[in-house]
Amino acid sequence: MEQTITVTVNGTAHTAEVEQRMLLVHFLRETLNLTGTHIGCDTSTCGCCTVHLDGETVLSCSLLAVQADGRAVRTVESLEQNGELHPIQKAFHENHGLQCGFCTPGMMMSALGVIEQHPGASDDEIREALEGNLCRCTGYQNIVASVRSAADEMARS
Amino acid sequence: MIPSTLEYTKATSLDEALAAVKAGARPLAGGMSLMPMMRLRLAAPGAVVDLGGVPELVGICEDGDEIAVGAMTTHRSVANDPLIRQHCHVVAQAAAGVGSMTIRNRGTIGGSLAHADPHGDLPAAILAAGGAVIVRGSGGERRIDVGDLITSYLTTSLAEDELITQVRLPKGAGQSAYAKFHRRAIDWSIVGVGVSIGANGVRAAAIGVGDRPMRLSAFESVLNGGGSLDDAIAQAGEGLSPLGDLDGSTEYKLHLVGVLAGQAHAEASSR
Repeated sequence: MEQTITVTVNGTAHTAEVEQRMLLVHFLRETLNLTGTHIGCDTSTCGCCTVHLDGETVLSCSLLAVQADGRAVRTVESLEQNGELHPIQKAFHENHGLQCGFCTPGMMMSALGVIEQHPGASDDEIREALEGNLCRCTGYQNIVASVRSAADEMARS
Repeated sequence: MIPSTLEYTKATSLDEALAAVKAGARPLAGGMSLMPMMRLRLAAPGAVVDLGGVPELVGICEDGDEIAVGAMTTHRSVANDPLIRQHCHVVAQAAAGVGSMTIRNRGTIGGSLAHADPHGDLPAAILAAGGAVIVRGSGGERRIDVGDLITSYLTTSLAEDELITQVRLPKGAGQSAYAKFHRRAIDWSIVGVGVSIGANGVRAAAIGVGDRPMRLSAFESVLNGGGSLDDAIAQAGEGLSPLGDLDGSTEYKLHLVGVLAGQAHAEASSR
């Protein structure tokens, strides 16, 4: 079964005919060519596909694209504006918050979720918000340091 | 992987949802269990009906001496709700520990009960609190105690055409807490225990030690008979025979039941 959907992605409305079984992550990567959102597992475990749906962090591999019809999705591609890195991207760069980078888009979107909803989040709250994002380079210390630094920077600005 | 071909409809009312379920569609709640099963092709429903657009299934309110929780209320909402935290802390605490933030943002209380995963935390917490569900189907509405809802692994006493519409939590659950053990942050619990200390005495229930959430009747009767917590902990596993598997042996799981029942009881008492 096919269905026409309109999803606002990073502020732009996209209308497309999709198979009803298509996952949101495939819609983002293959229909819209937004390949910043990664697919790391088949079991809702890794968090690489984390995006925001109407402002809440969700796993785009565990939602059908048709479930996002009429709703707003925000992906990692929304962060950089006019060649200027977002504070969270700068913080990951400055604090060596990534090695291979595969988990990074999901990490950043989960981090942004907690920073935006709890501007004064403690390190424990940051760690809790990142529980669903796995890093196989074992860079968690630097990732938490990156998010801490971005949260402080965003609170100042 | 990609789910197999399916027909998707989004119900906008409970009647629409019930009609679709009666016609054979698989109800899709938060999708945190069903979607991975569909991706792995462990489940391949020909049709799903999304319950995410049914307003009467969402929300938490006081109703007499109970709290009525809509079946599609997310774990995150349950975990943060002041009423549930005050009157049924064991349920709020279990909800706060389900999976990760992204999973709690989508996963629902009704979905957890209907899916009946033997390692799901919420069924044990709700059983410890003495909760029930309201279900509706073509035969009308009925109420089922949570202890009679889940009958075995991934199996409930719901009829094919029935949906859970509400979870009812007693306001008289008293002091309560949930304790669990798992190896890594977002893993399923190997064993989890909920304890409530109310006007009618101690109730305790565990997951990970049987094919469904199990009441810890020996633990309860020691404490309700005036025995010591140490004796109750020592007897907590009586009558249970958890299967040994990759998570641990039968003996190990029986040990965990006692330890966790003791922890949950101590935390509940101090609340």
